Amino acid sequence: MHQPTHTHADDHAGGYGIYLKVWLGLIVFTGITVAAAGVDLNSAGLTIALALLIASVKTALVVYFFMHIKYEHLLFKLMLAVCAITFVIFIGLTFFDIAYR
Amino acid sequence: MASRAIVDANEHQEPIYLDYRGRYDGILGWILSTDHKRIGLMYLAALVVFFLAAMTLGFFMRLEQWTVGQTIVDAKTYNTLFTVHGVIMVFLVVVPGIPATLGNFFLPLQLGAKDVSFPRLNLTSWYLYMIGALIIFLALFTSGGLPDTGWTFYAPYNIRTTTNIPLAVFGVFILGFSSILTGLNFVTTMHQLRAPGMSWFRMPLFCWGLYATGWIQVLATPVLGITMLLVLVEKTMSIGVFDPSLGGDPILYQHLFWIYSHPAVYIMILPAMGIISEIMPTFARRTIFGYKAIAYSSLAIALAGSLVWGHHMFTSGQSYTANVLFSLLTFLVGIPTAIKVLNWVATLYRGAIRIEPPLLYALSFIFLFSIGGFTGLMQGVLNVDVHLHDTYFVVAHFHYVMFGGTVMGLFAGLHYWFPKMFGKMYEKSWANISWALQLIGFNMLYFTMLVMGYNGMPRRYYDHLIEFNAGHQLATVGSWVLIAGILIMFANLLHGLLKGEEADDNPWGGTTLEWSIKGLPPLENFDEIPEVTQGPYDHNPEPEVVK
Repeated sequence: MHQPTHTHADDHAGGYGIYLKVWLGLIVFTGITVAAAGVDLNSAGLTIALALLIASVKTALVVYFFMHIKYEHLLFKLMLAVCAITFVIFIGLTFFDIAYR
Repeated sequence: MASRAIVDANEHQEPIYLDYRGRYDGILGWILSTDHKRIGLMYLAALVVFFLAAMTLGFFMRLEQWTVGQTIVDAKTYNTLFTVHGVIMVFLVVVPGIPATLGNFFLPLQLGAKDVSFPRLNLTSWYLYMIGALIIFLALFTSGGLPDTGWTFYAPYNIRTTTNIPLAVFGVFILGFSSILTGLNFVTTMHQLRAPGMSWFRMPLFCWGLYATGWIQVLATPVLGITMLLVLVEKTMSIGVFDPSLGGDPILYQHLFWIYSHPAVYIMILPAMGIISEIMPTFARRTIFGYKAIAYSSLAIALAGSLVWGHHMFTSGQSYTANVLFSLLTFLVGIPTAIKVLNWVATLYRGAIRIEPPLLYALSFIFLFSIGGFTGLMQGVLNVDVHLHDTYFVVAHFHYVMFGGTVMGLFAGLHYWFPKMFGKMYEKSWANISWALQLIGFNMLYFTMLVMGYNGMPRRYYDHLIEFNAGHQLATVGSWVLIAGILIMFANLLHGLLKGEEADDNPWGGTTLEWSIKGLPPLENFDEIPEVTQGPYDHNPEPEVVK
């Protein structure tokens, strides 16, 4: 039923420049991760939350641009969103237990 | 159901799926076939063998409990018996169970499709299933001896036991991939390959069950894979993940294990519920009551059921706040489940009910699964669970759900679709006898275990106090009756397959697309892809037939 929604040329709709920018962004976030690890936030929870936040942004960049979700049909974006939300709930409920132990 | 694609049994444009001769003949024609029907039957053959093997182990477990003290095996052997019984039954039988067998066979037929979206991936799933099974089989007979952790592989014992846990865990890891790929294939098939005119709400409810199941397989199974991988890493490289002596957290293992393994219960039960939703309208000769409510409740069960894993851990050291949250979520699952049960019963109301073996199995599903569900809710109550945890009550509860639910659903589906799968009919009188024996034996076995558990009989003990001896003996006799019923059922089906009478094209008067095919399905199911113009369960006296 669904036909391919894009051509190979569309895959690179933003040109290679966008990949370079995303790559540079990933490098910057990696630097922030390393720097943040050296900062004493007086809370293990905060340190972990910050590291997870940066990792999530990097993951989103990779998925959105390098894995071409940006150019995909809305259905695929929704399906990926379901997976991501489920993953967040799994992690969230597990951490919820640890936080109240 | 639809504008039927009318085909004559002798005038199919392609040979029927059993007669098809492609590039390969004989056994190769099966194990290299990408036809979803053949793959479904290959799963079924393997599944029956695994089921009978695990049932035999269960027989010996029950026999050991005949007397106080050792009857036939020692304590260590008993540990391996319940471990291997559980691993085979859960990972090789009830989890792949219905989706891999009847799901594979009937999903494309019910959708009006030629096959699943990814036929080669489908065959790959079967190979992964067989490879996973082989690895688990090897784990039983290689270094360290038979696994003795229970099917849950709980930490830290899984790290410390000398039995061959790494290989068994690796086998489960491989089986997980098989399950993920099947789920992915089914979800894609339902999005992409529905026949023209088959909107989501014209889709048979068996397909809805498989759809909800497919999502759980895709979303939850990777967590099991990762957990098994972490056990392997911890065991082989001594990196502390779950073992406290290495700095790990054993409760984290339980979280990760149950994040998968509780939704896995719904992987097992949702397709069975789908089968019941097919059988009820057919044998009541009326449309199903509350189609949309049943369809939505499948999704609601999948969603809510994925968030309740903590109820397995009320006594394990999980925080009290988390206990309260998971207890509340557990009660929520009861709502969509009750909707289904009420709608099935309401479907029978004022129907022209025809008592046949598939309906008997379906009715016993409702009865047994309801007991399973209610006893589950009892354990969802925090203080009650402290009393019931790790007793026979829990064992009986999950057998009411997994056996009384999933396996009875599978048996119901087998008796329902047998004529369409093989073109033959089994002996109905023997089918009724075997059903009655199973129902009686099942309740003798597991209701007795419910009572014993409530009275304090702990699970996984090879011995028992004299006070429990009468209960154990009653349960053991029940297991013999149950096994007799199962063996008669398989013998009857096998006899029907080999020597049964030719079956009518549509012996039950089913209205979904698979019944519109004359005789056995041809290789690509439909000579012409049907166009669907109405819902799946329209039991008008004169069904619309359009050439």
